[in-house]
Amino acid sequence: MGDLAINGDSAVALAWKQIDPDVCAAYPITPQTIIVEKFSDYVADGDVGTEFVCVESEHSALTVCTGSCSAGARTFTATSSQGLAYMWEMLPITSAMRVPLVMAVANRAISGPININNDHGDVMSARDCGWIQIFAENVQEAYDNAIIAPRIAEHPDVQLPIMTNLDGFILTHAIERMTPLDDAVVKKFVGEFKPFKPLLDYKNPVSHGLMDGPDFYYEHKYQMVQAMEKSFAVIEQVFADFKKISGREYHIVEQYRCDDAEYVAVVLGSSYGTMKAAVDELREKKGLKVGVCMPRIFRPWPAEQLAKILDGKKAVIVMDKHLSVGAYGPMYPEVAAALIKCKKVPAAYNYIYGLGGKDTKVSGFEGVFEDVIAGKAKTVNYLGVDE
Amino acid sequence: MSSKPIKDLIKGDVKLTSGHRLCAGCAESIIARQVLMATDKPIIASSATGCFEVSTTIFPYTSWNIPWIHTAFGNGAATGAGTEAAYQALKRKGKITEEMRFVTFGGDGATYDIGFQALSGAVERGHQLMYVCFNNEAYMNTGIQRSGATGFGASTTTSPAGKAVPGKTEYPKDLTMIMAAHDIPYAAQVSPYYWRDLISKAEKGFECGGPAFINALSPCPRGWRFNSEDCMMVAKLAVETCVWPLYEFENGKYVLTSESKRIAEGKSEKKPVTEWFKAQGRYKHLLAEGNADIVDKIQAEIDRKWERLLALSKL
Repeated sequence: MGDLAINGDSAVALAWKQIDPDVCAAYPITPQTIIVEKFSDYVADGDVGTEFVCVESEHSALTVCTGSCSAGARTFTATSSQGLAYMWEMLPITSAMRVPLVMAVANRAISGPININNDHGDVMSARDCGWIQIFAENVQEAYDNAIIAPRIAEHPDVQLPIMTNLDGFILTHAIERMTPLDDAVVKKFVGEFKPFKPLLDYKNPVSHGLMDGPDFYYEHKYQMVQAMEKSFAVIEQVFADFKKISGREYHIVEQYRCDDAEYVAVVLGSSYGTMKAAVDELREKKGLKVGVCMPRIFRPWPAEQLAKILDGKKAVIVMDKHLSVGAYGPMYPEVAAALIKCKKVPAAYNYIYGLGGKDTKVSGFEGVFEDVIAGKAKTVNYLGVDE
Repeated sequence: MSSKPIKDLIKGDVKLTSGHRLCAGCAESIIARQVLMATDKPIIASSATGCFEVSTTIFPYTSWNIPWIHTAFGNGAATGAGTEAAYQALKRKGKITEEMRFVTFGGDGATYDIGFQALSGAVERGHQLMYVCFNNEAYMNTGIQRSGATGFGASTTTSPAGKAVPGKTEYPKDLTMIMAAHDIPYAAQVSPYYWRDLISKAEKGFECGGPAFINALSPCPRGWRFNSEDCMMVAKLAVETCVWPLYEFENGKYVLTSESKRIAEGKSEKKPVTEWFKAQGRYKHLLAEGNADIVDKIQAEIDRKWERLLALSKL
């Protein structure tokens, strides 16, 4: 297959067409809708053998998916914003039941006010739900993550659901050049689904989703902690295997020009590309020693890897596309906690940006570095807000 | 009528074991066992959160000898629909060859109220899933709060009979009729006292080829305030007073069954609603002096709905 000009949603749908899952239950919501529309086309044309369940709500979407995956079907879904919020009750249930399904999340602001544009309010509000969370910088990575995700979720050491995030509109709707893999390569890479004690194996009946008292609830949560810890090695192995079939190399924390940098920004998602451009500009035109890194995986949180990259820097700038009103952006305290592991702890600043789709340009990101270097930054800063 | 004699029914596999933690005198496990007797095909069961769920599956124990799943409260039908969707997919892909059946159990809170949307959606989509409502007419698992299924005048912990308000001041929604309005392939009302009627209807529900809805009146000694040993007597009275008529909706037709059919044919007496009230503490206040007009009002509503059901059964 040659290169494609394709938007992020269609790229995710294409990946899932190649995987040919058993069940997909989903509900439309902007900017995710193209994924389920494209996938519906594949179902209607017989390109996949998937049972497509057009549910009446996102709560039922994740419930049907949890039921089908527990029954023994490889399952995926997609949502965004309010849809993820409506699923919220089910998010920690799905993970606690160790259901390895995959969900694409087209990141969009959470109401209110109602807003359909990109930020990370949805995924950050779901960060404590026991799901693995992976991010994409561009359309290629959104596609690649969709293929990588089932291998991580379904690994016997992991058995946790995974969210593959892509920035709403910036990636979901923007058309980029992308190199797809051949169908057979994807099928072989993802492999057969081997469910753990599925319901449909009726000769070996198992009860799923039991009630825990204080004697087991904590222990079951702790088992999830252990699975998250083990997932680091699994993710690294799956990335290595993926490089063999694609030539594309991914890391748990991506870094760009960090080695000799004195100031390093930490960003998530498509902003990584914008920040790389800002870093290049500042280095080439002003000779500033700046760099940027992106935790590709947000859960499990790669504190060790970040601390290694950030140790000894003069300052770390945490860019948050979400806001815990009354506190910080959600990533700032997590980075700050990781920095405690450094031998020489850098200063740490938090920049809130891009909420509700507020446009953030390369020049804006350059200004962030310049303000920090000039000592003008506060602990929490609100980039681009019109006061 | 059930195709099997009782001596064969009781020889079947024990799919839900004894030793669960439901209250003595609770009808739910009795209804569940009757439903599960109605097919010899493999069954995948699911439950919404509620008494039945917590009482049969406290980790590390389970009362289930068949596959069973629970996820949350307001999504019983969606949980069952998910297991059925997996079955349809794997059957189409040739990974499963056996015929299987799917059943979801939920209380009235999980069915009439919080899970109503999920139920309506699952029925509209046509999953081959039988949904069984244990209708004990209130939120019993949280301690007897009123639901959309609670009867007019019933005293519950959120509709207590007080000096100014005589218990619940609304009639229950008629969920069986609402499910019939979905043009569902099969819907029925049952009472566990009339066990052969119940099993026959569950057989039909399992084999109707699409979604089925069974609304099972499930007397609750704690919430309804009667002695544990009187469970079946109360289940019988509900039908004899036409508070809970036995009927089915099949291929667009309403058919009265069992004792309700006999009442309609004049072969059995239709008892007054006061008989129903006398058997339960939750209605005790209605029998006190000064509340006769409320009793008359409730009797008039029961009569109106009974006459309407008679008319529907003649269509």
